[in-house]
Amino acid sequence: MKRQKRHIKPSKRFKSHKDLPPMSVSSVPTSVNKTGGWRVLTPVIDYDKCISCMICWKFCPEICITAEDKPKIILEYCKGCGICAFECPKKAIKMIEAKG
Amino acid sequence: MKLVITGNHAAAYAAKLCRPHVISAYPITPQTEVVEKLACMVADGELKSDFIKVESEHSAMAACIGASAAGSRSFTATSSQGLALMHEMLFWAANSRLPIVMINVNRAMAPPWTVWADQTDSLAQRDTGWMQFYCEDNQEILDTVIQAYKIAEKVSLPAMISLDAFFLSHTSEAVDVPPQADVDRFLPEFNPEYKLDINNPRAFGGLVTAEWYYEFRYKIHQAMQDAKREINTVGKEYAKSFGRKYSLIEPYKADDADFLFAASGSMVSVVRDAVDKLRKAQKKAGLIKMRTFRPFPKEELIKLVPGAKNLCVLDRNISLGNEGIFFTEIKAALANIKAKPMIYGFTAGLGGREVSVNDVMNIAKSIETHKAAEFNFYGLKK
Amino acid sequence: MKLTIPQQELVYSGNAACQGCAGLLAMRYCLKALGDKTIVVVPACCWTVLSGAFPATAFNVPMFHTAFETAASCACGVKAALRMQGKDDINVLAWAGDGGTFDIGIQALSGAAERNDDFIYVCYDNEAYMNTGIQRSSSTPYGAATSTTPSNMFKNEYKKDIDSILAAHNIPYMATASVAYPEDLIKKVQTANSIRGLKFIHIIAPCPPGWRYPSEKTIALSRLAVLTAVFPLYEVKDGKYTVRKTGDKKPVAEYIKHQGRFRHLKKEEIEYIQAETDKRFELLLKKEQLL
Repeated sequence: MKRQKRHIKPSKRFKSHKDLPPMSVSSVPTSVNKTGGWRVLTPVIDYDKCISCMICWKFCPEICITAEDKPKIILEYCKGCGICAFECPKKAIKMIEAKG
Repeated sequence: MKLVITGNHAAAYAAKLCRPHVISAYPITPQTEVVEKLACMVADGELKSDFIKVESEHSAMAACIGASAAGSRSFTATSSQGLALMHEMLFWAANSRLPIVMINVNRAMAPPWTVWADQTDSLAQRDTGWMQFYCEDNQEILDTVIQAYKIAEKVSLPAMISLDAFFLSHTSEAVDVPPQADVDRFLPEFNPEYKLDINNPRAFGGLVTAEWYYEFRYKIHQAMQDAKREINTVGKEYAKSFGRKYSLIEPYKADDADFLFAASGSMVSVVRDAVDKLRKAQKKAGLIKMRTFRPFPKEELIKLVPGAKNLCVLDRNISLGNEGIFFTEIKAALANIKAKPMIYGFTAGLGGREVSVNDVMNIAKSIETHKAAEFNFYGLKK
Repeated sequence: MKLTIPQQELVYSGNAACQGCAGLLAMRYCLKALGDKTIVVVPACCWTVLSGAFPATAFNVPMFHTAFETAASCACGVKAALRMQGKDDINVLAWAGDGGTFDIGIQALSGAAERNDDFIYVCYDNEAYMNTGIQRSSSTPYGAATSTTPSNMFKNEYKKDIDSILAAHNIPYMATASVAYPEDLIKKVQTANSIRGLKFIHIIAPCPPGWRYPSEKTIALSRLAVLTAVFPLYEVKDGKYTVRKTGDKKPVAEYIKHQGRFRHLKKEEIEYIQAETDKRFELLLKKEQLL
């Protein structure tokens, strides 16, 4: 199945009414928006404590934790909600005051 | 095949011939026979369609919108209160550029409760972005539904086809119902470029700021201009396939007329008779049948009127706080042209009151004898 | 590493959801359950805006934005069209908030339920008109402060029992779910998807700005809502009730204390909430025994 994977900044996409589709049709993924800039607190994973339970991946609303043995936080998108740190059973994630 | 059928049944036969995948409708007098007939056709296996018995007209239009967005031809019918209830979704359909076709039986708005003919219901939907057609007789109802799908799917705008309550909806006339194969040849399967498609996941109707909303509106405006051309083109194609020609605006004995009537809906056939009577009495009368209200046939109208001394617009409607609606629109279209007739407006027949040939003759006389005001309420019980 | 829920993601990052939005998580889970042969219909709600402005979309499935009260009526049209096109295997998901389900959208939902239209209707319930600024809906719980029921005139009516209303329509499947129990949520969505007819899933979706709590507690509150029986997890399948047992009930005060929208409540008001919660949960357990 073909998936659209273009990462073009929306506002430069159209110049005149002639370029527009007949109605508002959106196919650019929102991944063009780097919501990491929203963050006040940044999660940091201590891999010594991490047991790869994947609870952080499971509960991340932004889908910005990778599903791998050593899960990585995609800081480009992380809004710093703190759910991963709060839910981690081993307290392996800390929210620190840094943009990261 | 010639059948003697009511306007409502003519609408039902037309819808059936267009093979809509989805029909979603809610009953309201005097539209009920449209949907009842369609329900029977589906039940008898004559029509393969999913008939959704929705719980309100607002939902009827929402379901049509969903179906059309998913790439299926859809149909609905309503009248007055139901049309008013759909108002929000009429905008949604047009702004989504969905070629839905709807039959509206022109019925007066309540309160007081009424079920009789009045065009205010559909004219009040003027600005929703729907094309609007007004039918003179039952044959035209059938023919216009079929053409409307072709036009709508070409310009990606929905179309509303209005017919007068009881005068047409419940009156039987001879209607030539074309064979299915002929209609299939005329109207190919609906195959839109933009639709909900799992192979091309897109979002429809997402937020647009002031950055682009204006341009999207312009595109609809452009589509309406294209529709003017398409209505005539499809009208000519229809003549080739079925022998009956239609156009954006239809003059009758207007070429050399010095007294012109402009009328719409079932009243047109009454005015035709009045024109013939006046011609017999050596008066150069003519008629402009206002077949479409949206897009408004401004350019065509301008071409038809310069030779006339008087133009009398008949409206079975009123825009309260102003005048008859066709009257206002016609005056506006002619505002900037130099050679134009004196334009009079007569509102008549609201709530189903009959407008007879005699009434039209009286109206013409009142203009001739300078007794008419610019705008008049004809036949008011004083 | 073991994943307890499907790995496929059909929602994009970079969307405009608030930090810690349970509505975002709910969609993520539902689409994992349904897969990419899904079309979503979204009326006016938080998802209208968080899914991004033209020309961007947070969805990796086709979706249609529709008017506020028309989630169910638009979805039934989409499904009818797909069926007529021979594409009956494509899932149709109507996705609405509590406003568009309990209030303005209830007519269309009731119509679709009565007709048993074949699609899944999910209500993600953040218990107020959050998108427009936290105004009260009929889903707002008793005692909550919202922008139209300020704390000195807090919401005086109990939360509308939408689940019973839907169950009374005799639809084939109705379930409540919580983002704190994603495996359960996904299983319920998949169960719904295996049944023909109107399926209703009601997901409790805590909202950090609306409920006034720090965003990190979204899962904790989604869990406490269940553990206190304020939002019990249950299914009604062909009229049969199945309630998920979660051990000893925690006192509602434990749930309420984290939320600023309840901060003004007096002791007797919290006791009232406890009494009502107990009463309703007892009734639910009785329904499970009876039906």
